[in-house]
Amino acid sequence: MSLDDLYQSIILDHNRRPRNQGPLEGADREVHGHNPLCGDQVTIRLKMDGTTITDVRFEGSGCAISRASASMMTSAVKGRTTAQALTLFDNFHELVTGAPPAGTKLDGNAGTPGMSNASGESTDVKMPRELAAFAGVARFPLRVKCASMAWHALREALVG
Amino acid sequence: MHRSDFPLLAASPGLHYLDSAATTQKPAVVLDAMREFYETSNANPHRGAYELSGRATDRYQAARERVARFFGLGDPDCLIFTRGTTEALNLVAQAWGRRELEPRDEVVITAMDHHANFVPWQQIAIATGARLRICELTPDGRLDMDHMRELIGPRTRVVAFPHVSNALGTVNPVADIVALARDAGALTVCDGAQAAPHMPVHFDTLGVDLYAFSGHKICGPMGIGGLLGRRTVLESLPPWQHGGDMIQVVQDEFSSWNVLPHKFEAGTPNVADAVGLAAAVEYVDGIGLDTILAHERHLLALATDRLAAMDGLTIYGPPAAERSGVLSFTMADVHPHDLATILDADGVCIRAGHHCAQPLMRRLHVPATARASFYLYNDESDVDALMRGLQRAAALFAVAGSASD
Ligand SMILES: Cc1ncc(COP(=O)(O)O)c(C=O)c1O
Repeated sequence: MSLDDLYQSIILDHNRRPRNQGPLEGADREVHGHNPLCGDQVTIRLKMDGTTITDVRFEGSGCAISRASASMMTSAVKGRTTAQALTLFDNFHELVTGAPPAGTKLDGNAGTPGMSNASGESTDVKMPRELAAFAGVARFPLRVKCASMAWHALREALVG
Repeated sequence: MHRSDFPLLAASPGLHYLDSAATTQKPAVVLDAMREFYETSNANPHRGAYELSGRATDRYQAARERVARFFGLGDPDCLIFTRGTTEALNLVAQAWGRRELEPRDEVVITAMDHHANFVPWQQIAIATGARLRICELTPDGRLDMDHMRELIGPRTRVVAFPHVSNALGTVNPVADIVALARDAGALTVCDGAQAAPHMPVHFDTLGVDLYAFSGHKICGPMGIGGLLGRRTVLESLPPWQHGGDMIQVVQDEFSSWNVLPHKFEAGTPNVADAVGLAAAVEYVDGIGLDTILAHERHLLALATDRLAAMDGLTIYGPPAAERSGVLSFTMADVHPHDLATILDADGVCIRAGHHCAQPLMRRLHVPATARASFYLYNDESDVDALMRGLQRAAALFAVAGSASD
């Protein structure tokens, strides 16, 4: 296991210059995430227009992996529908753990190209290429929680 | 020194174990003693009317006497075996606090307490309506004794404090705190988890009423530790768990309690771990706590000097000569959790986090620190490895910084 797999330059860059960081006035939803192991904290705030995420920002303190993940997550889901964001959650989860999340699929077909959920929304979405930088996390099981904290907070904000 | 006594360390030449404040490695003599107990003397103590059960009882009692001697406790019945420091402190807060505390009473703890001391007293204060007072720290991470003097007064019923801080390594002035508490007529409870492994502790002259420790931080097995107490104090406490061995007579309507130490040891005791702990303190005494202390002081001073010379490094707590075994630090722009992962890649084990001391972290205005801690089996090569790892971390993050700026 190599440190360069974990600390890829794009991750270090997002850690140093996080995107979408700071307060979000007039947010429709706000969820707090916490990793009791290391004390990392993140707050995710969303503005919604119907089921579409029109804006998303995060605040918090944490390690490079959790900051970069929050930064890249916000970039990935801004402008997406709830269903698409949940598909991205599933894909990201699979990427960093090497396994699909249990019981989180939407109608069992999230992430399948061309599919839609029960309300007819498209769940189809392409995983942004830069998120692949987190594949190295799967080899550092102690750090999976850091990478997924912001995503879990997002999921909670979307589905409650 | 002594690395070859520890099977895990002997089998891992590249491992630099710098997390002994969390738990120590175990020497072969401890593992052998536990195995030997199960192979030759295993039965339920106190309960069987046969020779083997008698042997188990004797081994348990011998372990109690050996551990009491390690702590300079003249009366071995005043050593209550518990799972560790956490259970010992909960025992006191529950047994004593529930009966003694009333609204308007005050409980004094400190801002450097481990959650194992902080939370039981916080919760018993909430439950009884007593007021929790927290002694603040000086900027260099010592107890603010002026504040302590202000806090301790006629309403103070108990003063509970750490002998040594696990997050900073600060060694606290036990005698001064005891003197203040005694003038106020308050009970004194000392969390000795981080002192017992590193310095001679002589309970009978220390002056505190109750003292808690964990065996796994003194080369002993996990799952055993204890509470040392003055006989009059322990006898006055009600039991906190009920069951076998702790009773004298059980009537339909009421029960009466066994004598010390059994009153506080309900159920089948942890004999094998007690035997292991006795072997551990025998091992530690064999090397000598003064020798261990001097060895750690040397490594701590060396590591502190070298880290202090690095750019962007902040070291917490008093000067090295006044700390015990612990080096808590942060590196600018590199989160402690990332430091731990980077060091781990080179076999260097450090702790990163809040060290079960969130109230302290808030006061230091950091979410977490990195902590290297030393014990008798560490040497200068461990300090070298720590330095190499920190330089690697600085380089990794600095390169990323300059590339994106
Ligand atoms: C100062 C201090 N108090 C209490 C504890 C709790 O000890 P244990 O987890 O063994 O009960 C520890 C160790 O974690 C400690 O360092």
